[in-house]
Amino acid sequence: MSDDTATLEATPSPDIEIEEIDKVIIRFAGDSGDGMQLAGTRFTADSAIFGNDLATLPNFPAEIRAPAGTIPGVSSFQVQIADFDILTPGDEADVLVAMNPAALKANLVDLRTGGMIIANEEAFEERNLAKAGFAANPLEDGSLAGYRVFRVPMERLTKEAVKETGVTGRDVLRSKNFFALGLVSWVFHRPLETSIAWVESKFAKRAEVAAANIASLRAGYNFGLTTEAFHHVYNIKPAKLAAGEYTNVTGNTAMAWGLLAASQAARLPLFYGTYPITPASDILHELAKHKNFGVRTFQAEDEIAGAGAAVGAAFAGHLAVTGTSGPGLALKSETISLAISLELPLVVIDVQRAGPSTGLPTKVEQSDLLFSLYGRHGEAPLPVLAARTASDAFEATIEAARIALKYMTPVILLSDNYIANGSEPWKLPDLDALPDISVPFLTEPNADGRYVPYLRDPKTLARQWAVPGTPGLEHRLGGLEKQEVVGNVSYDTNNHQLMTELRDWKIRNIANDIPALEVDHDEGAELLVLGWGSTFGAIRAAAKRVRKDGLSVATAHLRYLNPFPANLGDVLGRYRYILIPEINQGQLRKLIRADFLVPAMGFNKVKGLPFHVSEVENKIREILAS
Amino acid sequence: MTDTITTKYTRADFQTDQEVRWCPGCGDYTILAAVQGFMADLDLPKEQIVFVSGIGCSSRFPYYMNTYGIHSIHGRAPAIASGIAVARPDLSVWVVTGDGDGLSIGGNHLIHALRRNMNLKILLFNNQIYGLTKGQYSPTSEKGKRTKSSPAGSPDVPFNPVSLALGAEASFVARTIDMDRKHTVDVLEKAYEHKGTAFIEIYQNCNVFNDKAFIELTGKETRLENRINLEHGQPVTFGAEGEHAVVLVDGAAKVVPTDSVAAEDIMVHDVHAPNPSAAFALSRLSHGPYGPTPVGIFRDSVRSSYEQDVKQQLIDAQAKKGPGDLSKLIRSQGTWKVK
Ligand SMILES: Cc1ncc(C[n+]2csc(CCOP(=O)(O)OP(=O)(O)O)c2C)c(N)n1
Ligand code: SF4
Ligand SMILES: [Mg+2]
Repeated sequence: MSDDTATLEATPSPDIEIEEIDKVIIRFAGDSGDGMQLAGTRFTADSAIFGNDLATLPNFPAEIRAPAGTIPGVSSFQVQIADFDILTPGDEADVLVAMNPAALKANLVDLRTGGMIIANEEAFEERNLAKAGFAANPLEDGSLAGYRVFRVPMERLTKEAVKETGVTGRDVLRSKNFFALGLVSWVFHRPLETSIAWVESKFAKRAEVAAANIASLRAGYNFGLTTEAFHHVYNIKPAKLAAGEYTNVTGNTAMAWGLLAASQAARLPLFYGTYPITPASDILHELAKHKNFGVRTFQAEDEIAGAGAAVGAAFAGHLAVTGTSGPGLALKSETISLAISLELPLVVIDVQRAGPSTGLPTKVEQSDLLFSLYGRHGEAPLPVLAARTASDAFEATIEAARIALKYMTPVILLSDNYIANGSEPWKLPDLDALPDISVPFLTEPNADGRYVPYLRDPKTLARQWAVPGTPGLEHRLGGLEKQEVVGNVSYDTNNHQLMTELRDWKIRNIANDIPALEVDHDEGAELLVLGWGSTFGAIRAAAKRVRKDGLSVATAHLRYLNPFPANLGDVLGRYRYILIPEINQGQLRKLIRADFLVPAMGFNKVKGLPFHVSEVENKIREILAS
Repeated sequence: MTDTITTKYTRADFQTDQEVRWCPGCGDYTILAAVQGFMADLDLPKEQIVFVSGIGCSSRFPYYMNTYGIHSIHGRAPAIASGIAVARPDLSVWVVTGDGDGLSIGGNHLIHALRRNMNLKILLFNNQIYGLTKGQYSPTSEKGKRTKSSPAGSPDVPFNPVSLALGAEASFVARTIDMDRKHTVDVLEKAYEHKGTAFIEIYQNCNVFNDKAFIELTGKETRLENRINLEHGQPVTFGAEGEHAVVLVDGAAKVVPTDSVAAEDIMVHDVHAPNPSAAFALSRLSHGPYGPTPVGIFRDSVRSSYEQDVKQQLIDAQAKKGPGDLSKLIRSQGTWKVK
């Protein structure tokens, strides 16, 4: 570590104490204009490169610029870094960086007693205090006695630092997030090089801004170095993760990359039809950057058109994908039914957010599960998968594409705001080992010299894909019921019964083509904690904690929500208690109870936030004690 | 996709084994015959052709065309066809829609398809009624029209589809009439040759729920007085002896006796005019098929097409960055190694 500090101008004075700790949870909080997401992301990236394990939780207001200085305008970014394998961004923060009184007020509840507060002291003036609803200055009235408070004149020091860089006006104070980042980097012994390099390339066209940000970053670091109050610093060693090459990735990025990988694995060009919506838009942004992969991103006039264009692209022989969040999924419903009827492959990504209606657009919820399974008119079954973590999103996306193509069906792939925007180290996969998910187009007639579009593979029940441009296979598909095999319009009632059953069997049958549900720590457990989606980290971490006390608990996590893995019934039958924590009012629990007639218990929270590990932990203890 | 052997088709090659189920006497039959005949004469292999429709009587069309096709959902055909056109610029993509399908539930998709200028040929069968749902008033029904859903008269002001398309930045806009097969085929040819979206409003008689809606333009006694044939490069005149002429007064088109104005004051129709104002003025001569109404091509102007621009972006990106390299991509945000 001393190598890193040696590269800075100032030399550490000899009386600096370095304490080794195994993990720390830091929350950067400020006004949405204060650049806290950036400070947090940079700290995360620096820690990732340093080799820590980590997990992040960004939390920002729905408004781009909520009134400055107010509590609704507070934006925060929490990161946990550790020298061991961690699963969540952590419950309570150890360190809170508060850029103004509102940020302090909104986040203090999540700071552990005895935790460190680094306050941008100049922002604690009368107007800001009033806006945040403080009668007196908390930095002075003794109300923070249970914490270690560091008052830092960040604004004055930032102004000082950027003096020579040429920035003027509002740009001067813009750099104060880098000051905060520099100071926190000092306290936790992080190198600055990667952030400096990042600033240089990001602001390559605005040299003065780059210079100001770097000057502030160094000033923050040097302030720690030269201020005695900060002479007790901490070091978190690199984590002992499984050997391999890692990168830090968010769920949205991993999904976009998963789509590009699926397109290569399917040997089909990728088509992404969509309409911007938080928190799904970043998938579009990421894909739009990579046109050299042959991806066509189509920003449609609405979600109906996004899905419609994807159906058209599927008919035309592309790997067709449409991505959205809850309100958009509602609009796509009729088009997804069409894709079920046409039996065309389509991946539908739903990055869930809190509803109903516009709900809490920037907050997490798992409340579209039942909608994904049942939110269509008619008998309209389709496979539903869910990613569990940011890094899992890559593989889950390829799997969704595999199923869509192999079974000629739309597939809904669920993510959520926590997975989408949270990041964690991802062990890079062996790309040579990607599955081959290609399905050949039909090139010759399949029945007596002609093409019948609804002739099915006897094993998968999938029909054969014939794309425009293929001579002799001209055909019409339509939303009207089709005569089995032949595909012509049919109003025959028995045929409708048969086609309904065939569509249903086709999807159920996928249960035989997916891995069995794995149970973690089966031995002697009476309680199974069953989850899906982004509750993965909290459930696994909670189970680990109670096991440390000698208690026995099993966990299992579902990627496949429809159909369920074939062994799910057997697994459920082995436990006296089944607990299903969900960020909804009990949607998986309802399915499990209905399908398996087991008295599964729910543990539900809908606060727009992921579970704290301790919440799940306490619930497990409560059940085991009963 | 196929070799250069010229395909010689007859109309029968474009017919399917499906029984055509429109009401006897429906204008859709004549349009189908015109399109099938036109396709047979095109030098285009039929596997290169895709018809996409929404829902409505008119939208049954793809079932009767022996090409690739999708009979989709109400109003969404332009969106679905857009996906096909962007994915596969090599195909000839046609949309068949109705006045309800295209202008009511699908109005949003229609205007966006028009402004993007994709290689789509949109045929809007305007019978000024909801045929399939048995006779409610549509967005092109005249105000005051009495139907099952408007026994006291429709309170809605109708759209003028040609004006709407011109306002939506359409690069090709035309109007034709089901009964005039030759005119329909001429317009189809021009639409096919046009690079980008072509919008054709086809006046189509629904003899069951809105019979004779276009009689002023088709009836023996009235048609000469009312039908204004737009011809590129020609002065806009009509009537048995060309006794009526169209002039522009303060930007508005107006019908005057031909002999009341100097020849050079008569509007000369220019389909290629970069500015759509004159075409728009012509479209405002009537609001529905009542009184003097222009038919023919209003506008046929050149503009880059969406799917070609998208294709070019892909080519440029590959030229600049090389083909997509997944291994590089997943390392693009920096990596570290754990031993
Ligand atoms: C979502 C939806 N809403 C309503 C309908 C019922 N519907 C089918 S066709 C139609 C109107 C069709 O009118 P138009 O487009 O003018 O076609 P036409 O039958 O006159 O050719 C309606 C309302 C439907 N199929 N789907
Ligand atoms: S209802 Fe009208 S539009 Fe529909 S098929 Fe009959 S005549 Fe044609
Ligand atoms: Mg109609």
